[in-house]
Amino acid sequence: MAVGKLTFTKAEREKLAEFLWLLNWISVLTGAILFGLGLFLKVEIQKRQEVMLEQGILYVPHMLITTGLVACAINFLGGKICLDCTDTNKFLRWKMVMMPYVVCTLVFTACVLAGAVMCYSISSQLEEALFLGLRNAMRYYKDTDTPGRCYLKKTLDLLQIQFQCCGNSGYRDWFQVQWVSSRYLDMNNSSVRDRLRSNVDRKYLMDGVPFSCCSTASPRPCIQQRLSDRSAHFNFDRQSQQLNLWRRGCRSALMEHYTQILQSIGLTVLLIWLFELLVLTGVRYLQTAMENVIRLGDPDSESEGWILENSLAETARSNFNIIKNLGKCYQGDDDDPNINIPSAATERELPSRCAHIPETS
Amino acid sequence: MIVKMPFMPVKFNLQKRVKLAQGLWMIYWLSVIVGILIFSLGIFFKIELRKRSEMMDSNESHLVPNLLILVGLMACGLNAFGGKVCHDSLDPMKFAKWKPMLRSYLLLCCGFNGLLLLTAVLCFLMQFAVYLTLAEGLKNSIKFYKDTDTPGRCFMKRTLDMTQIEFRCCGNNNFRDWFEVQWISNRYLDMSNDLVKDRVLSNVEGKYLMDSVPFSCCNPGSPRPCIQHHLTNNSAHYDYDHRIEELNIWTRGCREALFSYFSSMMNSIGMLILATIILEVRLHPQHTTMEDPENPECESDGWLLEKGVKETFGELFSKMKILGKKNQVDEGGDAEATT
Repeated sequence: MAVGKLTFTKAEREKLAEFLWLLNWISVLTGAILFGLGLFLKVEIQKRQEVMLEQGILYVPHMLITTGLVACAINFLGGKICLDCTDTNKFLRWKMVMMPYVVCTLVFTACVLAGAVMCYSISSQLEEALFLGLRNAMRYYKDTDTPGRCYLKKTLDLLQIQFQCCGNSGYRDWFQVQWVSSRYLDMNNSSVRDRLRSNVDRKYLMDGVPFSCCSTASPRPCIQQRLSDRSAHFNFDRQSQQLNLWRRGCRSALMEHYTQILQSIGLTVLLIWLFELLVLTGVRYLQTAMENVIRLGDPDSESEGWILENSLAETARSNFNIIKNLGKCYQGDDDDPNINIPSAATERELPSRCAHIPETS
Repeated sequence: MIVKMPFMPVKFNLQKRVKLAQGLWMIYWLSVIVGILIFSLGIFFKIELRKRSEMMDSNESHLVPNLLILVGLMACGLNAFGGKVCHDSLDPMKFAKWKPMLRSYLLLCCGFNGLLLLTAVLCFLMQFAVYLTLAEGLKNSIKFYKDTDTPGRCFMKRTLDMTQIEFRCCGNNNFRDWFEVQWISNRYLDMSNDLVKDRVLSNVEGKYLMDSVPFSCCNPGSPRPCIQHHLTNNSAHYDYDHRIEELNIWTRGCREALFSYFSSMMNSIGMLILATIILEVRLHPQHTTMEDPENPECESDGWLLEKGVKETFGELFSKMKILGKKNQVDEGGDAEATT
């Protein structure tokens, strides 16, 4: 009981081969698109690597890049094979390669699906990476004289300006870090000394934010210092407070940005996967049809094509048996190879046991 | 007898004519693409001017982008027509219907080249107008920065802040322009405070002036947190000398920043148009060879100008004189008729 059995005339076979040749070339293009998308994602992630603690997020774009390259190569070969399939004689050249080619296409189509799924499932890891990265960036904001961290201030300022955000979850995160370097603090000043003594870690904490948190939409000049004390500023009402600084945290701003990118890439990869599935099905039909033609011997006759020769359960069982027998073959050789000189009888036995593997194609 | 010698004559047989037609056809289509490029550059320039029109008091002249759009469209049309004629020129039947239009088409092309030259010259000269408009517009923008409650000016603050951040500049000439205007609205000044009252009374016009700048002047690349207030007072900040400090706020003026942006755009567009003129001028004279394909197999002559350069200009000049005399005679006739 074959799965998905269809009958093909000679003309239909040729048409199928030509159509698949075209589809394979389109697949080369989609493989290139996949490669491009992976490259784009990699560049986007690396642009913000200073505020993102890696934690292995890069495996998604790497997967897409590799799958794209493999897709291009396999489909390029597939195009050549399908073109030759129009002629039964030329097909004989590729007879041995067909099965491995179909298996490889199946494997890489599964990889494409895995890539698409990864794009959607990575968001929690991304959030964690951004949280830790931004926390560190804010901590090292003041270290503009430490090698390796001297551009963190500029990066974080430009990030807050570009994404219109402030702090990790909100602007109050800046109240908990010392973002003014000690180099610029007058230690002789008593108020500075008081503030340093007022907390356990001897950090100069204040209820102020850097200038990059200032909102350009505010109708009044930006108030950056003494934000918790509303009476310190004239006419600092609720509305002024709302418009004064950027309300959004940079983590949610960046998450939104990356989620948009990942969702569109994921959708495109899913569509490419569906297309590849179509190509795979077509190639499988072509392969089985051509093999049946050769078996029948008459190149002009009708032949049948299928997806699986037997039902799903039988195919699974027979493949499992193959793997078991392969294992047994190797086990037989391992029995005392140095002592047991294999007799002619045992030699004849072993190959026949291995040869009982049923022919499935 | 004076033999009329054509200017730069070349002999053409059928092979050469075919090759010439093919080459010309390619160049015509290249010119169409260049025409599309000029059209899109015109649109881009127009959009940029619109975007920054608040900085220029909405006073900016849209002559150059409009001219670019017109020229781009004309280039597309003329060169597409030329390409079609070129394509048909090897077939005497098809070419016969285009033949009468060729003379006027060539004249139109000459006119178009003149227009291109005018556009290129304008691209380079209008930069002065842009500079002056920017100077005036920025001065007013800074003056109206605080008027976020006046209809028509409520977005001036936001626009100026975003411009200063984007173009990395501060003020009109430099940051000191902010010291001369009151950029904090009276709504946010506590008039009962003595310090505020002193400051307001300290100048003739009653403006609240201070040596501070808005936050958008801050340079993110500065190693220390931004110092916006009391910029000229060294003692107000620890370890600060306003004469040496260069990284704290942007030192460039916005007029210079915006002008260099627009001038580089206009210069590159001008260069492109000059290149287009050279391309067009090379094309059209070769077209005269296509004028006589009646006997396709024989050799034919091609030239740049039918007569020599001096003779051509002499003819043109005498034609213009005759036209002028005709008008004079007509006027004279009218004058006589009216008396």
